[in-house]
Amino acid sequence: MVSLYAARKDIYPRSVSGFFSRWRWAMVILTQLVFYGLPWLEWGQRQAVLFDLGDRRFYIFGLVLYPQDFIYLTGLLVISALGLFLFTAVAGRLWCGYTCPQTVYTEMFLWIEKQMEGDRSARMRRDGQLWSMDKFLRKGGKHVAWLLLAMWTGFTFVGYFTPIKELGLAFVQLNMGSWEIFWSIFYGFATYGNAGFMREQVCLHMCPYARFQSAMFDKDTLIVTYDAERGEPRGARSRKTDPATLNLGACIDCTLCVQVCPTGIDIRDGLQYECIGCGACADVCDTVMDKMGYARGLVKYSTENAMNQHWTKSQTLRHVLRPRILIYTSILLGVVVAMVVSLALRTPFKVDVVRDRGVMARVVGKGDIENLYRLQLMNATESMQTYKISTTGLPGLTLTTPDTVEVASTESHWVTVRLVAPFGSAEPGSHVIYFDVEAIGTTDKVSEKSSFIVPR
Amino acid sequence: MSDFTSNFWSIYVTVITIVSILACLLLLWFSGKAKAMTAEDNTTGHVWDGDLREMNNPLPRWWAYLFVITVIFAFVYLALYPGLGTYKGTLGWTSLGQHEKEVDKGNAEVAPLYAKFEAMTPEELIKDTQAMAIGDRLFMNNCAQCHASDARGTKGIPNLTDGDWLHGGTPELIKTTLTQGRMGNMPPMAAAVGSSSDVKNLAQYVLSLSGSPHDSVQAALGKEKFVACAACHGANGKGNQALGAPNLTDDIWLHGYGEAAIISMINNGKVNQMPAQAEKLTEGQIHVLTSYVLSLSNKGVSAQ
Repeated sequence: MVSLYAARKDIYPRSVSGFFSRWRWAMVILTQLVFYGLPWLEWGQRQAVLFDLGDRRFYIFGLVLYPQDFIYLTGLLVISALGLFLFTAVAGRLWCGYTCPQTVYTEMFLWIEKQMEGDRSARMRRDGQLWSMDKFLRKGGKHVAWLLLAMWTGFTFVGYFTPIKELGLAFVQLNMGSWEIFWSIFYGFATYGNAGFMREQVCLHMCPYARFQSAMFDKDTLIVTYDAERGEPRGARSRKTDPATLNLGACIDCTLCVQVCPTGIDIRDGLQYECIGCGACADVCDTVMDKMGYARGLVKYSTENAMNQHWTKSQTLRHVLRPRILIYTSILLGVVVAMVVSLALRTPFKVDVVRDRGVMARVVGKGDIENLYRLQLMNATESMQTYKISTTGLPGLTLTTPDTVEVASTESHWVTVRLVAPFGSAEPGSHVIYFDVEAIGTTDKVSEKSSFIVPR
Repeated sequence: MSDFTSNFWSIYVTVITIVSILACLLLLWFSGKAKAMTAEDNTTGHVWDGDLREMNNPLPRWWAYLFVITVIFAFVYLALYPGLGTYKGTLGWTSLGQHEKEVDKGNAEVAPLYAKFEAMTPEELIKDTQAMAIGDRLFMNNCAQCHASDARGTKGIPNLTDGDWLHGGTPELIKTTLTQGRMGNMPPMAAAVGSSSDVKNLAQYVLSLSGSPHDSVQAALGKEKFVACAACHGANGKGNQALGAPNLTDDIWLHGYGEAAIISMINNGKVNQMPAQAEKLTEGQIHVLTSYVLSLSNKGVSAQ
């Protein structure tokens, strides 16, 4: 009998220490220093990183981006996707095991849980007991600590969109806006639910990455794997006896690798889609091997080819640099370079030319032709700029409105521009013309194409 | 108002929607009951190509409950909001109603600002930069489509930056123009004037009124025909703002310059309309716009 819907089995991951665990904690600390710390940095008179949705300005240190700069977000997403492909092809689910927010917050929540309730066995024992004052206080304390961390996370998240110091002040005065309250609570509650309760279920059932990761693996991809050839047949034995005489492999069947697994799988069954590649089983198995006096690496990062063909470490590493990896790397480098160069060469203002909505062309004075335009000047610097507008494309074409416009820092400004072509200077019809706009005192210049219409 | 020409489509949509939702529920129920062939090794028992087997990785049970919740949500939603054919929903929601609500909300938000403006005279408002910035936006959104972004109009649409007014340029008259709109009507006059050469002579006389280049002989002949025009434009052609009759002695040619354009006007007449804004704009907005339009003609230069 197969059921399509199963009740969740509780997983009590045992805490683990070792090489991969230290890396994971390093990544937790690094990513969270950035996440919790970044909104507090100042840049001049403002928050260094602020996504001001209301005013549609995005500040990233010295950079002021407009919604028109959305292409850079596209670039960032392309880089992220390519990075994911590259890391996955090299070493499997590195992202999942070390830096994915789901993993990172679960790790932090598990740490709090361990401080309050003890490690795996203590937690399992307590969950089996009836409610007592001790159990209530420990569980309650855990949830209070979780909620505090979750709320701080939600608050920080909103701090990327609303200046965080003002937000803090508003919070203290109970004066936050309704959307700020909503998103703080929503993001905080999502953190609490995902890291406290959903945990591995997000990876197993909700994350699309788990579903297509196998398409990015090949036989030279590093995966956490169990050396079945060396380990089997498994079985308990005394430390003093030589396993060869008992006809046993190196695996002592202590099941510690299962106990530490955050997704509750047995790595000895081979590679499974549930495996997030965190290496906890490798860490714990190494400590067991050390205790037994066996060589480390019964569970380790290795590749399918290396396992089958008994490659040494250096042979395995040599296969990392295969065509697929080199192609991913070169495309990734190409996109990164293109992005950096285009950001560096970016003109810090923009011009949009819109022909007047009402008037195509009109005759003024003694038969001169006048066309009307609205120019939107967008200042992407943090100082007042004066822009000089000129036009080219038709003989005698002149601007009869003021040709300099002041635009305040990070503001955008609409200005009506009138162009006049002398009588008889152009054939009836549409002519291509250009608006040349330069920021006075700089070398930045923008040329925008438009049309000048001469009526019949 | 019905979205469908016959009741059939309303019923069709309703039935399809409800049946689809129920089918989802049914599918969920049946899949929960499904029994696969075997399962000692946590596979479903299906085998393809000799050795391909399907693992059984069951969804968590809470996930199935989520589906049930979405079905309940769907029914609650469809009861409250329109979604089943022509059924309006118990909340009576419409997109038009929502739009009107948002407009009212927006108007209520800026009401204190406009209350302040309404207490000020147009002359004071012209000096108020905030009022003029709002006036500029109102003009761009409501007037610039015809009068152009620089308010100088075009053929048939008056220039608002000169000092010339068809219906008068006092704040009260501008406000009346904005609120009620204006209807300009120049009747065809050819029959009253006479032959086509009479019309031509009259056109030359009209040209002469503003000192434009003209044939003085023809103009002299046309002068006596001008009595037909004098009822509206006045004996000396200075126009009449009460009737909206333009001044013919200045060099402003709303409907085109030159003999041909004038002849066409005499022969065919012209009906021109400025639409009323009272439906679209609030009194406060019209008050600010009045001052803004006044500022345009006062400056006599274009608006930025």
